[in-house]
Amino acid sequence: MSERIGVYVCHCGTNIAGKVDIDEVVEFAKGLDDVTLVREYKFMCSDPGQSLIQKDIEDGLINRVVVASCSPLMHEKTFRNVCTRGGLNEYLFTMANIREQCSWVHVDVERTTDKAKDLIEAAVRRTRLQEPLTKREVPINPRTLVIGGGIAGIQAALDLADAGKNVVLVEKEPSIGGHMAKFDKTFPTLDCSACILTPKMVSVGQHENIELMSWSEVEDVGGYVGNFNVTVRKKARYVDVDLCNGCGACWEKCPGTRVPRKGNVHEKLSLGPVTSIFIPFMQAVPAIPVIDAETCIRFKNGKCGICAEVCERNAIKYDMEDELVEFEVGNIILATGFQPFDPAQIGNYGYGIFDNVLTAVEFEIMNCASGNTGGNILMADGTEPKSIGIVHCVGSRDKNYNEYCSRVCCMYALKYAHLIKEKIDAEVYDFYIDMRCFGKGYEEFYDRLLGEDVRFVRGKVAEVTEVHLEEAERGKLVVKVEDTLVGSIRRIPLDMVVLCTGLEAHETLPAVANLCNVSIGKDGFVIEKHPKLGPVATATDGVFIAGACQSPKDIPDTVAQASAASSAVLSMITREKIEIESATAEVNEDKCSGCKICNTLCPYLAIKYDEEKGVSVVNEALCKGCGTCVAGCPSNAISAKHFQNNQILAEIEGILRSSSGQAGILA
Amino acid sequence: MNTHKLKQKAIDKDFLDEIAHLPGGERIIDCFQCGTCSGSCPTAHVMDHTPRRLFAMVKAGFREDVLNSNTYWYCTSCYICTVRCPRQIKITDVMYALKRIALKERYVRRKNAAGAFYSSFVDIVERDGRSFEPELMVRFMLKTDPTLLLKNAVLGLKLMKHGRLPIRRNRIKARNELRAIIRKAKSESL
Amino acid sequence: MATKQSYIYYPGCSAEATGKPYEISARAVCEHLDIELKELADWNCCGATAYLSVEDIASMAVAARNLAIAESTGLDLITPCSACYITLSKVDHYFEDYPDIRTKINNALSAAGLEYKGGVNVRHLLYVFSEDIGMERLSGMVRADLSLRVAPYYGCQVVRPFTERDSPDVPFAMDEIISALGGDVVDYPLKTKCCSGALIGIDEKTALGLAKPLIECAVRSGADCIVTCCPLCQLNLDAYQYKINKVYGTNYHIPVLFFTQLIGLAFGIDEGRLGLNMNIVPYRPAARAKGASG
Repeated sequence: MSERIGVYVCHCGTNIAGKVDIDEVVEFAKGLDDVTLVREYKFMCSDPGQSLIQKDIEDGLINRVVVASCSPLMHEKTFRNVCTRGGLNEYLFTMANIREQCSWVHVDVERTTDKAKDLIEAAVRRTRLQEPLTKREVPINPRTLVIGGGIAGIQAALDLADAGKNVVLVEKEPSIGGHMAKFDKTFPTLDCSACILTPKMVSVGQHENIELMSWSEVEDVGGYVGNFNVTVRKKARYVDVDLCNGCGACWEKCPGTRVPRKGNVHEKLSLGPVTSIFIPFMQAVPAIPVIDAETCIRFKNGKCGICAEVCERNAIKYDMEDELVEFEVGNIILATGFQPFDPAQIGNYGYGIFDNVLTAVEFEIMNCASGNTGGNILMADGTEPKSIGIVHCVGSRDKNYNEYCSRVCCMYALKYAHLIKEKIDAEVYDFYIDMRCFGKGYEEFYDRLLGEDVRFVRGKVAEVTEVHLEEAERGKLVVKVEDTLVGSIRRIPLDMVVLCTGLEAHETLPAVANLCNVSIGKDGFVIEKHPKLGPVATATDGVFIAGACQSPKDIPDTVAQASAASSAVLSMITREKIEIESATAEVNEDKCSGCKICNTLCPYLAIKYDEEKGVSVVNEALCKGCGTCVAGCPSNAISAKHFQNNQILAEIEGILRSSSGQAGILA
Repeated sequence: MNTHKLKQKAIDKDFLDEIAHLPGGERIIDCFQCGTCSGSCPTAHVMDHTPRRLFAMVKAGFREDVLNSNTYWYCTSCYICTVRCPRQIKITDVMYALKRIALKERYVRRKNAAGAFYSSFVDIVERDGRSFEPELMVRFMLKTDPTLLLKNAVLGLKLMKHGRLPIRRNRIKARNELRAIIRKAKSESL
Repeated sequence: MATKQSYIYYPGCSAEATGKPYEISARAVCEHLDIELKELADWNCCGATAYLSVEDIASMAVAARNLAIAESTGLDLITPCSACYITLSKVDHYFEDYPDIRTKINNALSAAGLEYKGGVNVRHLLYVFSEDIGMERLSGMVRADLSLRVAPYYGCQVVRPFTERDSPDVPFAMDEIISALGGDVVDYPLKTKCCSGALIGIDEKTALGLAKPLIECAVRSGADCIVTCCPLCQLNLDAYQYKINKVYGTNYHIPVLFFTQLIGLAFGIDEGRLGLNMNIVPYRPAARAKGASG
């Protein structure tokens, strides 16, 4: 067997060349069996770099290619395309990762160089045994699933629908709108949140290309890019969507309540009715109520029925049950958003203990004209506060809770300070660590606030207490803080304290991410395909992300990412077809004993038992080449294309042979 | 202490490293000066530098000013700063480390009695293996301010009357073994 | 019937002096509950805050000697003293986190033929009551009507930084015990603030400034007494109360009990066996209504 392997060593600027002796590696590679030529270049992925390889193939100098550069995640596709363009089957190419797994993680030049040699030798030995495979194409279903109906999901759905594509938008709450629907004003322009969001919500509800499933949750996702099978649980609403006209008679008369009684004006910090049959806020889309079975008197003891009595349309259906709906889509956009950090975890801030310590969301609702205080800032006893403290970084930038910066709190804190000053005659203290105003118009907003008589104190609040040490503190909330710019400890008596709670990935994200086979980082958010160059894609083809499920985000960034995600989906749909991995599993029918173990092992349900032949058969369209069946087969009858035993063993031999004479690769 | 008169010229660039290499000091490098420690500290009002500022001084290398400050002597080991620090710096442990360095290098000033208190305590424990509160207080007062003996006579009598001030000290049996441990440990000091 | 609960017991030096009422009442209550406290053989001082302020390895080795002796018994090591609890726990944590320190400590211990492997579970007596004995058993043993308003004062070191399950800011183990005994827990937001600890011997003026609000807050909350689980906290609030009155012109005389004394009272154990006569501010059930003034 005489193969002609070309080895291409990339400097990657100084990324590789700074730690690996390129000349030495080139000399080494030249001495390997079947290697007919070795070239090095500053950036192999550049146009001239790619041309080098393509020309060598076209000139017939080589018939197999090894590129020693970065991670396959980065450029495997690039170099596979080079092979195809040159007329070589792309499966005759192997990438040796001498950057991420070598030059970036080691210090000593000599040993790093040795490791690079080992990795190249392994790649060369493997390449020699690789076989050409044929690319497969599958059609892309033009329909898209969007999970989450906050501003991210709304924007993504509308973009796709406006382009004429079908969208299924699944929202677990009774209405779309998400957090943005709870806000009064938005920073830094102070435009009314409802005014800009409501029209979009209405469009979603009316759009002929959008199927809205509210009060629903994704239960299962199967299949693969272009052809996902989705199961959605439509939770029982107990209200017939077709009959209900949203008149509101039911929630006006409902005697049940969803919120615990506090017995003060903060009791109902809610935008919509707090009854057991409710819509979450008045602009809800759809404007169809839902019965909360947990608190509904009828469901608890059967002794009520008022809503059914008052409903003129006979839309109340107590016997409704959850419904499972199955459908197919080509792509999925995850837009599950965030949930606010729960400040009750921080005992020293007194949330849940002191009535007038509020979270950001509570304060938003209090400020919202459609909220139950009518937009008035009131203390629990119904009076207006004379002084308010705004506390930044609650649960953010704190290794005891969340290490990351939540990105939006500084700005909404400034917005609160402004709203307070605008509405009432109160002294405002703003306690911050670093003021982060990085967006367009943000610094200017901070500048504006500096002129609005707000007392900025640089220091993280140590505690909020009701214990007074002097008369002026009696009956007040006392904030203990070091004014770090002055260098002195202060006790500041206040009437109200607003905690700027950070953003966390929504609690439903892990389950949804698991269904869609995408990974979650240690911060709890989805890991994107590439932090800079692939911010809306994930490692799973056909699954995209938008909004705060990827990281804390403000509205402008969320909308931008949502549009980017829908554009990425559109580019997939427009292609109509997509090439999928050829490296699938195949069953050697002579060896197969028909035990069916692989049938149950396969996570993609790609293996079926052929009764007639008495053997198992792989459905190549479903197979993802994961290798589970290969490892599980007791008769050694299944092999994975491109990951054959002899190929892998050759690779291992290459590594173990070790150019340096010592086992250099440990990880 | 006049905070504007830190000894610029005496900056010791290795000081941060010195502290960061002591157990508990590893994360001092991460301090972002939020002041949670100072705001939480029960004795910050009597310190000449707040804990936050002291850490800034450590990072900047004001070794002499740090060791001359009373800050760490006022640490009561209540650990409130340690559990609250958003950077998870073991602040209390750093305060202990500063005390040890100050005692070894004789930064202890007369008017600051903590050093004398601690040394008296340690002398008794190293001798008997147990602490003996009456002796500790008498020793400490003699060392620092003998008029304290008079000022605390009532307290002493009250405790004695209520059976809470023993006259005989308790000693452990294995005193020789304990001393051997201490001798060996001191040769292994960090 | 369940086997008898046994623990290795580490009284701490204060048990022989200022903390004597704690020691007496702890033993009386445990005996009443049929709990065996096996005193650690020839235990030595843990070193407290003082030793660690002077010596690093030596202070840890001295504390570790106790752990090395306790290890062979395989039982949990219980101490009623918060300072001992934190010092012994700290050594245990350093042992886990710093292999270098572990080696040095064992090198030192070897001078006395000892070795510590790191397997002792150090616990505070408070949590033996709250977790092992449990509220059900405690309330079942109540024989006397307490109907006291109680301010639960934890102090710092029992909940920080090594807490068994409580929050370092708002713990509730002692609150639960008081309720189980039939006492009324008053709102006491300063329950984990520092009493000044050993600072009281070093800088009395500053220290009294820390202790005073603790008394003031308890009185203001309408408490008949303060209950604590640390000998130093008790000393500072009880024995120094007259000094607070002198310095601040107040007239506090609120009893400060150890939680074990409170349990003993509820169980109907004879007051003499609870060391109540050793408390400086007298506990007089009949006079408790007058306890709070200032």
